[in-house]
Amino acid sequence: MEMVNIVFNGNKIQVEKGSTILEVANKIGVHIPTLCHLNLEGFGIVNQVASCRVCVVEVEGRPTLVPSCAEKVYEGMVIHSDSLRAMNGRRMAVELLLSNHPKDCLSCPKNLECDLQALAQELGIREIPWEGEMLNYEKDNSSFSLIKDPNKCVMCRRCETMCNEVQTCNVLSAVNRGFESFVGPAFNMDMADTSCTFCGQCVAVCPTAALTEVDNTSQVWTALANPEKHVVVQIAPAVRVAIGEMFGMKLGTITTGKIATALRRMGFDGVFDTDFSADLTIMEEASELIHRIQHNGTLPMLTSCCPAWVKFFEHQFPDLLDIPSTCKSPQIMFGAIAKTYYAEKKKLDPHDITVVSVMPCLAKKAESKRPELTKDEDSNVDIVITTREFARMMRSAGIDFPNLEDSDFDKLMGESSGASVIFGTTGGVIEAAIRTAYEWITGEELENVDFVQLRGLEGIREATVMVGDMELKIGIAHGLGNARKLLEDIRDGKSKFHAIEIMACPGGCIGGGGQPYHHGDMNIIKERQKAIYAEDKGKTRRKSHENKEIIKLYEEYLGKPYGEKAHELLHTHYEPREKI
Amino acid sequence: MDKIRSHIMVCGGTGCLASGSEELITALNNELVKAGYDKEITVIKTGCFGFCGQGPIVKIHPDNIFYVQVKPDDAIEIINEHIVKGRLVERLLFEEPEEKKKLDKHDKMAFYKKQYRIALRNCGLIDPEDIEEYIAFRGYEALGTVLGDMSPPEVCTLIKDAGLRGRGGGGFPTGLKWELTNKSSGDEKYIICNADEGDPGAFMDRSILEGDPHSVIEAMAIGGYATGANNGIVYIRAEYPLAIARLEKAINQARSFGLLGENIFDSGFAFDIKVKLGAGAFVCGEETALIHSVEGSRGEPTKKPPFPSESGYLGKPTTVNNVETFANICPIILKGAEWFSSIGTETSKGTKVFALAGNVNNVGLVEVPMGTTLREIIFDIGGGIVDDKGFKAVQTGGPSGGVITVDDLDTPIDYESLKAIGSMMGSGGMIVMDDETCMVNIAKFYLDFTQDESCGKCTPCRIGTKRMFEILQKITNGEATMDDLEHMDVLARMIKDTALCGLGQTAPNPVLSTMKYFKEEYLEHVLEGKCRAGECKALAKYSINPEKCIGCTACAKVCPVDCIEGKVKEVHIIDQDKCIKCGACYDACKFDAVIKP
Repeated sequence: MEMVNIVFNGNKIQVEKGSTILEVANKIGVHIPTLCHLNLEGFGIVNQVASCRVCVVEVEGRPTLVPSCAEKVYEGMVIHSDSLRAMNGRRMAVELLLSNHPKDCLSCPKNLECDLQALAQELGIREIPWEGEMLNYEKDNSSFSLIKDPNKCVMCRRCETMCNEVQTCNVLSAVNRGFESFVGPAFNMDMADTSCTFCGQCVAVCPTAALTEVDNTSQVWTALANPEKHVVVQIAPAVRVAIGEMFGMKLGTITTGKIATALRRMGFDGVFDTDFSADLTIMEEASELIHRIQHNGTLPMLTSCCPAWVKFFEHQFPDLLDIPSTCKSPQIMFGAIAKTYYAEKKKLDPHDITVVSVMPCLAKKAESKRPELTKDEDSNVDIVITTREFARMMRSAGIDFPNLEDSDFDKLMGESSGASVIFGTTGGVIEAAIRTAYEWITGEELENVDFVQLRGLEGIREATVMVGDMELKIGIAHGLGNARKLLEDIRDGKSKFHAIEIMACPGGCIGGGGQPYHHGDMNIIKERQKAIYAEDKGKTRRKSHENKEIIKLYEEYLGKPYGEKAHELLHTHYEPREKI
Repeated sequence: MDKIRSHIMVCGGTGCLASGSEELITALNNELVKAGYDKEITVIKTGCFGFCGQGPIVKIHPDNIFYVQVKPDDAIEIINEHIVKGRLVERLLFEEPEEKKKLDKHDKMAFYKKQYRIALRNCGLIDPEDIEEYIAFRGYEALGTVLGDMSPPEVCTLIKDAGLRGRGGGGFPTGLKWELTNKSSGDEKYIICNADEGDPGAFMDRSILEGDPHSVIEAMAIGGYATGANNGIVYIRAEYPLAIARLEKAINQARSFGLLGENIFDSGFAFDIKVKLGAGAFVCGEETALIHSVEGSRGEPTKKPPFPSESGYLGKPTTVNNVETFANICPIILKGAEWFSSIGTETSKGTKVFALAGNVNNVGLVEVPMGTTLREIIFDIGGGIVDDKGFKAVQTGGPSGGVITVDDLDTPIDYESLKAIGSMMGSGGMIVMDDETCMVNIAKFYLDFTQDESCGKCTPCRIGTKRMFEILQKITNGEATMDDLEHMDVLARMIKDTALCGLGQTAPNPVLSTMKYFKEEYLEHVLEGKCRAGECKALAKYSINPEKCIGCTACAKVCPVDCIEGKVKEVHIIDQDKCIKCGACYDACKFDAVIKP
């Protein structure tokens, strides 16, 4: 490793050549504020546009201040991050941003989660000397998933990096110029009219409230308050390993039992687990995979539980619509079963049932409104809230989440296997599917269920699993840019896989757009992933087809996996969409 | 073939075309046919002569007679008198304002006397749409020399030795830039001609491309050879349709002559050029923004390093040079580095083209050796201030530069001296202001331009220049306080210190330099609510001097809002509440009775 000698705030030090000034500062314990900078190291996601100028420092011999996030150290460099000149430069950048920022912090959706607000506090800004005209654009409320408020855009371009470089959707870019600039779709089109997949990664990284989720909490409260309604709730696997963060709990705390207690306390009539329907998904998806393999069907088969991924391939690869599995996602399968099987068992009119989902995801909101999934009112999901919204609901209900006692989910749709838990992370769905497919194909019991070769956080992973004497080739991608590469291979006839798992969000659902904000800390996502695998390990049953409630569901209601009734309720179709 | 005995050169630059030179050419041709001379006299549409304030320009060869402000109706007289009878058309000759003497030849005119044309050498001399005319003036000889006798490093060294520096504003040594790209490794390299001329008032690049497009094409090929690039791109703003048309025509001609394409001059060297139109954003003159725009992305600058010479267009080593820089290349190759470096000052060699504009008598393009003083340019070449008013300041460097006052008029111009007096060379815009100019208003004009042209990427430029502009608006509206002045000064310095690219870093210059040299005008606006030039309408207060008013009613008649009262032969009075400060009364009064604020 080549080292260079520099002087940082008067201290002579040796540092690694090629590091940025900011990296050096972080290493030696000097704090330099940042705003536009984002570095999710494990994913290789870097936003280094050096545009906000909040991190400028003084370098001797340079005519202007330099952005520490992008400037690399060199031999003999003399840096002052604490000079009056540097501090004034940083302060002015923040003051200017604030001069063009609505000061409705008290009612802002990002109140206390806003990086700009935190900066203003950190720099002790008490007045803004440069007040003047402010942006005055309309909010974009067009979609079911996210709200775009250009007036709060600080042009950090993080969303653009996520949308264009990471997800390769190319929906967001700078619009207009000069003072009028903001980030949005070309011609400031409505988000709903674009190829946006609603993955919500733009929301996950937006430092302000320029991009936020659509808030559906009041609809949930209204449903809960309606005595005519039987309100059931499902909670996705990734939620349980993240929500504790919003209540100051240790990273990676598993809160499944507390969640069940909280939901019950909030008044839900049925408290269930999306893990149950994840097991159901495996029953169908594994059957479909075996069917395709055994009947020379289209291969590879791609998973279809991520709605952002579904919308992505509809827009970007409309010629490959026969590749993904026809299985509905676990969330939608839950809705279908809740309003049929559960209704029958509980002797309820499906019209009186309201299905609420708590999801780590913004795309799940839009998914629940897809016409083909809502045309039959008796099989849909009614309201979707995110992990963040769920936490807010608990707060407003005065629930002391960290100190709740644990409880179990309700019967009928509450049991789950370890296989379903790992749906929450990249690689989990395919691992779950293999645990089942292995036993079904070979007829033997799978001793070691941990397919570690499928785990990890690399953007594209591949592995070969021996299923009997068959080499099952598995591909895994998370992040839509990585997915695109695998899809292009398929289109070019170069793909060698039997099955591919794709998750739109980096890390899978644990990194979803509806999760507690990670504020650029990659460690948070890693801890969530560890917790997911820990929950799997702790389960007595770790294969979906061993889930007793699932077995009962097929016996009493659905018949055979991949059978007629299952097709009717649990499978769907896709449609080509324009690329805009 | 008939022998042509005389050429009538008519300026076909954008300025003269706008004044009717196309119609003039038609009229001249018609008259030639009528007179029966169309076989021996030919009319040629040339590029810009530079003397744009006097256009359309007509020059007749071989007599070397220079006619100015020629209208289509004058065609008959030019043909019948000059061509048929051999007599000068006196009334179309240029009259030197000082001596009131008619001059028949351009080299007798003060406007041309002190000029030295390298970049503009062929403008007005050749038909830009005919490659053979260019070749006749040693065109493509330099390319032949380079490809035949020189190695790429030798070409870089020659340009370095000549001391040529970038004419687009930065003044970076061109030979060094070429050498850096030459040394960068890459399977493909590019050379880009920056024709995104954006300074308000500057038009030398357009004139070169309109008047002598081959000089740029040839130089790009030489640059391509020197840097190892086989691909050239001209990035030109779409608002320059004539330059684009002539450039494209010239590229096609060069291709058909084998001067672009594969194996040029049997040297094995291949080079071709494509033209990329820009939407005319000022920031795209900044090389990284320009490269992004060529790539099809938003025209936004990115931080340097990496410099384009390492990673430019499509991530490949790229050289970006300005049009005027290219126009200097071939003469350097042909005449040598020593010849070029003998012209100019210690640090700045050769000539510089300026677009002389504003309150100066002779408006147009002037090319002078580096080291010429501003006084020579404005008073000798420019013929002094219009209407014999006093000189107040001159702005060089466009919106990135600053004002220069009478105290510095004798500064020999080069890159360093202009910087030392708070301005800069820029691309060569030169706006002269008379003593009735409001300097606050000038600063506001430039800030309005830069805040509008900011790409919006970095905070200081996006919001800071807007805030500066708002403060200037307050000042010119009489609403500012001393705090505002203080704030603007702080903002200006911080923006210079923190903005991402050159546009932002230099945007405050017009404010800082006017605040430095004309602080008292700012103070008058703020403290006394007064604009001495009367340009800030909100502050203007027209009144009538009762001593001088004879009651002629002329002012009341022209007042568009009827705010002047008074009977015939009685003193008139302006109703200040109704007055819209249009100044019509001031212009109408023949007795100097209206007092301008």
